[in-house]
Amino acid sequence: MNTLQTQAVILIILIPLMSSYAIPLFGWRWKGSAFFIALTAIGASLVCSLILLATVLTKGTIHYHLGGWLPPWGIEYVIDPLNGFVAVVVCIISFLVTISSKESVEKELPEKKVRFYTIYLLLFTGLMGIVVTGDVFNLYVFLEIASLAAYALIAIGEDGAPLASFNYIIMGTIGACFYLLGVGYLYIVTGSLNMADLAKLLPPLYDSKVVLIALAFFLIGTAIKMGLFPLHVWLPDAYTYAPSAVSSFIAPLMTKVMAYILIRILFTVFKPSYVIEVVPVASILSWIAAVAIIAGSILALAQRDLKRMLAYSSVSQIGYIVLGIGLANKMGLIGAYLHILNHAFMKGCLFSVAGALMYRTGRRNIFQLHTIHRKMPFTMGALVIGALSMIGIPPTAGFFSKWYLILGSIEAQNWVFVAVILASSLLNALYFFRVIENVYFEVSQGGLKEEPVGDPVREVPLSMLTPIILLAAGILLLGLYNERIISGILVLALPRGF
Amino acid sequence: MKPEEKMVDYLISKYNYWVYIFLMMLGFYAMMGKRNLVKKLIGMNIFQTAIILYYISIGVKKGGTLPIFMEGAPRAADYINPLPHVLMLTAIVVSVSTTGVALAVLLMIYRRYKTLEENEILKSIR
Repeated sequence: MNTLQTQAVILIILIPLMSSYAIPLFGWRWKGSAFFIALTAIGASLVCSLILLATVLTKGTIHYHLGGWLPPWGIEYVIDPLNGFVAVVVCIISFLVTISSKESVEKELPEKKVRFYTIYLLLFTGLMGIVVTGDVFNLYVFLEIASLAAYALIAIGEDGAPLASFNYIIMGTIGACFYLLGVGYLYIVTGSLNMADLAKLLPPLYDSKVVLIALAFFLIGTAIKMGLFPLHVWLPDAYTYAPSAVSSFIAPLMTKVMAYILIRILFTVFKPSYVIEVVPVASILSWIAAVAIIAGSILALAQRDLKRMLAYSSVSQIGYIVLGIGLANKMGLIGAYLHILNHAFMKGCLFSVAGALMYRTGRRNIFQLHTIHRKMPFTMGALVIGALSMIGIPPTAGFFSKWYLILGSIEAQNWVFVAVILASSLLNALYFFRVIENVYFEVSQGGLKEEPVGDPVREVPLSMLTPIILLAAGILLLGLYNERIISGILVLALPRGF
Repeated sequence: MKPEEKMVDYLISKYNYWVYIFLMMLGFYAMMGKRNLVKKLIGMNIFQTAIILYYISIGVKKGGTLPIFMEGAPRAADYINPLPHVLMLTAIVVSVSTTGVALAVLLMIYRRYKTLEENEILKSIR
């Protein structure tokens, strides 16, 4: 392994971290530079993550010891196929969403540009840190970096945003503290904080109640952080009131990265046999997830606000990912991994479309979007692709992750989950067709059709439109090439013993 | 030893856990039960402090000495474990910055709604 490939592990975090400090430095003099520094930093991370993934797939797991301290004493960064894959997903989505953020930040937060991109890059740093680290306490630190940045970004939104952010702070802190307690309990019994080391030390201690409590704390902590029903209460408000650039960045990535933490804890720190056989954690999780899928869909059905509807649909989609994790068989896990990727693209696309609508019309109420497809044909085309993928219509990406989840449920001989996935697809169809109907067809609901004041509605600027179209094209390509992604990456990313 | 004495002995020998659990639940109650946002924030602080106390208490050894290398020093086993304490330095920084962000958000809330009572804010949003 040559030096560049090893150094890429640390550069992936170092570049955005240092750039986030460079932004106020340069932005103080040249305000316009903030966006370009942020984009360059995320682009550089994207290149690093692609190099890492390619290296991992050909040469196996990469270890990077911070400061030359050997594990388990020092902090170790580990890249295996799973987090190499998640890192690439996070980088691609961040890169595209950042391009589209330029215009909407210019319009919504013209005064706060410099500060916005500083915090934005810190959030990105936190997410990347969570993904690459191989140390449970280091993960907590990055978790808090990402969360603090997210609280601040959400708070700068419209009316209601500060309160939403405060509720998120309270809930998020409880989640992070529970995670920290879990780390503490594992430390009491093992004296180690390194994930690989913990995995070696824990199996003889599986009878211990302390280990069980630690697992419980980890689960509740990550469940709060990723908004798993019924701990999702902070999520809809936070996504709805955040500025559009923020919600299209946080919604696709934050919850996915938290789901990644859950996978790491369940299948790397603990052995699959522990969470499946010794304690039936996995099956409990999958039942909660089944409830989340249905409840999220029903709640989404009740919304009139496009962003809030998407937020509730996120609650239900998180349910899919957790269901796949909870099934804990090969097909289920592939479904969960694939859904992390697909859902990141789908939600990135849909929230960007919502941002584009806000940008041109200032509207989010889905009943006020009549015949807007004539004014914004490409954006609405992307909306349709995103919606079809959420429903799960082939050849869009969403179909394939649901397909694997259903295969996993059948393999687990659990027909209830099959019914849940099918029923939720139906509910998804209901609430997304409602949007599509309002966008494309004249619905007689007089009085709501008047033009918004100000600029006439037209297609969004190219810098916003390109990422939306790329994301929509990505959804189709992911669907068409899913087989290659699964056999090339995801099968290698499965935990040992599957 | 009588069963009651055993129970009391058990409670006292693990008193650090009881203190941390009590403080944590206190903070938890304030975060969930109180309607005033500042009280919620104070609850959050108590919650985080409880966890810091817990970590510090697990590093302590009876009769252990400071983890500083000295000439003719005791064996490694006689030192208290410094690692949880070092971890908590980080956790304290995190806790301070969370409080800072939360206070800044509270300031934004107060400027917008002129109150920090959750009920009144919700009323004025609707």
